[in-house]
Amino acid sequence: MAGEATVINVAARTSLWLQPHRIVLILIALALVLGAAFFMRWDWLPQYYEMGLLGIWRSLWILAVTCFLGFLLAVPLGLAQAAGPFWFSAPAKAFCTVIRGTPLLIQLWLLYYGLGSLFPQYPWIRESWMWPYLRQAWPYGVLALTLSFAGYEGEVMRGAFAGVPKGQLEAARAFGMSRWKIFRRIWLPQAIYRALPTLTGETVLQLKSTPLVATISVIDIFAVSSKVRQDTYLTYEPLLLLALIYMAITGILVFAFSRIEARIPNKIG
Amino acid sequence: MKTVLKTFAAALLLGVAAMGVAKADPVKIGVAAEPYPPFASPDASGKWVGWEIDFIDAVCAEEKLECVITPVGWDGIIPALTTKKIDVIAASMSITDERKKTIDFSDKYYNTPTAIIGPKDQKFGATPDDLKGKIIGVQVSTVHAVYAKKHFGATAAEIKEYQTQDEANQDLAAGRVDAVQADSIALGEFLKSDQGKGCCDLKGMVAPDLEVLGPGVGAGIRKEDTELKDKINAGIKAIRANGKYEEISKKYFDFDIYGEDSQSN
Repeated sequence: MAGEATVINVAARTSLWLQPHRIVLILIALALVLGAAFFMRWDWLPQYYEMGLLGIWRSLWILAVTCFLGFLLAVPLGLAQAAGPFWFSAPAKAFCTVIRGTPLLIQLWLLYYGLGSLFPQYPWIRESWMWPYLRQAWPYGVLALTLSFAGYEGEVMRGAFAGVPKGQLEAARAFGMSRWKIFRRIWLPQAIYRALPTLTGETVLQLKSTPLVATISVIDIFAVSSKVRQDTYLTYEPLLLLALIYMAITGILVFAFSRIEARIPNKIG
Repeated sequence: MKTVLKTFAAALLLGVAAMGVAKADPVKIGVAAEPYPPFASPDASGKWVGWEIDFIDAVCAEEKLECVITPVGWDGIIPALTTKKIDVIAASMSITDERKKTIDFSDKYYNTPTAIIGPKDQKFGATPDDLKGKIIGVQVSTVHAVYAKKHFGATAAEIKEYQTQDEANQDLAAGRVDAVQADSIALGEFLKSDQGKGCCDLKGMVAPDLEVLGPGVGAGIRKEDTELKDKINAGIKAIRANGKYEEISKKYFDFDIYGEDSQSN
């Protein structure tokens, strides 16, 4: 399949892609964009774009950091549930159940308004080097989102680890590989391959969980759009632009993950 | 079967008759859904009580308007007015030129000074120098947010904006902000609460700035509803004149919250 595609030259590919239904959809989208540009109020954009860019940057780094750290946590969580002894698997299972069973907003507020408001009672914390960080909002947002991602992805990784055929692991052992080597070369890579399609979905969901940090005074892109709404009393314009921004980020994420998935040999197991 | 049909028809007729009898729609008074004691907050049974509720009830009674209290989230209260979900905003909204671009206001019905509060164990005042390097918490899209940015923006470490006053107060108690700026009465109420008593005290009143802080609080009304605006203005005048305003205020405050009598806009 992939071999044929490279043979077709660029012009032919473009004409293949520009089918009638796609042209109609593009025209409709163009009409919507032009309509929005000419019939709505956008005079607030110059005043807020800098704040908006900063907001997008914050949303993106929060997404990247929490997904990365969350995934690092998810691997041991999944492994413990799939193959660990009882005293490993039970706490891991309990963690995933609690995280998946409670709304993220509650976890976030428990950390920020609950845990975070306990710290200042202790003078030694107030005087320590950690205090400038602990009094800010973003560490709580990052922690809550990381734990949430780890909870969901831990469950996915459990299934992925369990799904790698036993025969492969037995064959690796027969080759005389150590347990660590089996994990690193056989078990983990195949589990990640299996989990990848789900990982795309989880990352997109995580993107759409990030606006919750606006409720604890982190100025992400959602908070910026709320501010525009409250300052200018416009309802649709900032919300529509916000929706468009999230859609664009989602599009880029899905595209990036599909490229990664395409690199994986499709015959595994 | 016949009787059933008859009853049904009668009920239908009655319903139509009732609709005919009902007068014009009641005036929907929008209050901010976030509690703002002692001006407006829901009591244990969910009924809205407070100075502002008593005040607007008195105005409605004076002008023989049928009014219903409708809570609306503060951040969407002006769009709610312009899209006719409510007819009047009575939510301690300060009269500002920026807001006047979108909506109209009645005459002011109270005006209280703006205060700064902070942790008990620190000593400072309410001047830009006092607030140097401090994090100041304010409620988003209020005159206090604008004031803080204009007067303290240059010296303060950060002006942090919160969705509700409660969150700003909570973060002051938790040590995440060094000072909170808001209306003196609302802050006085917080300082009287258990949490406020424990952590914080009044640091001072900020210097006046008529351009930002405006003439005071007025009722928000749609620009085209001039008739309603006239009625509310007449109602405010009437209860000011006949002592009803004072009577209500005495229930909640031990001083005159109307402020200066000079401006009428």
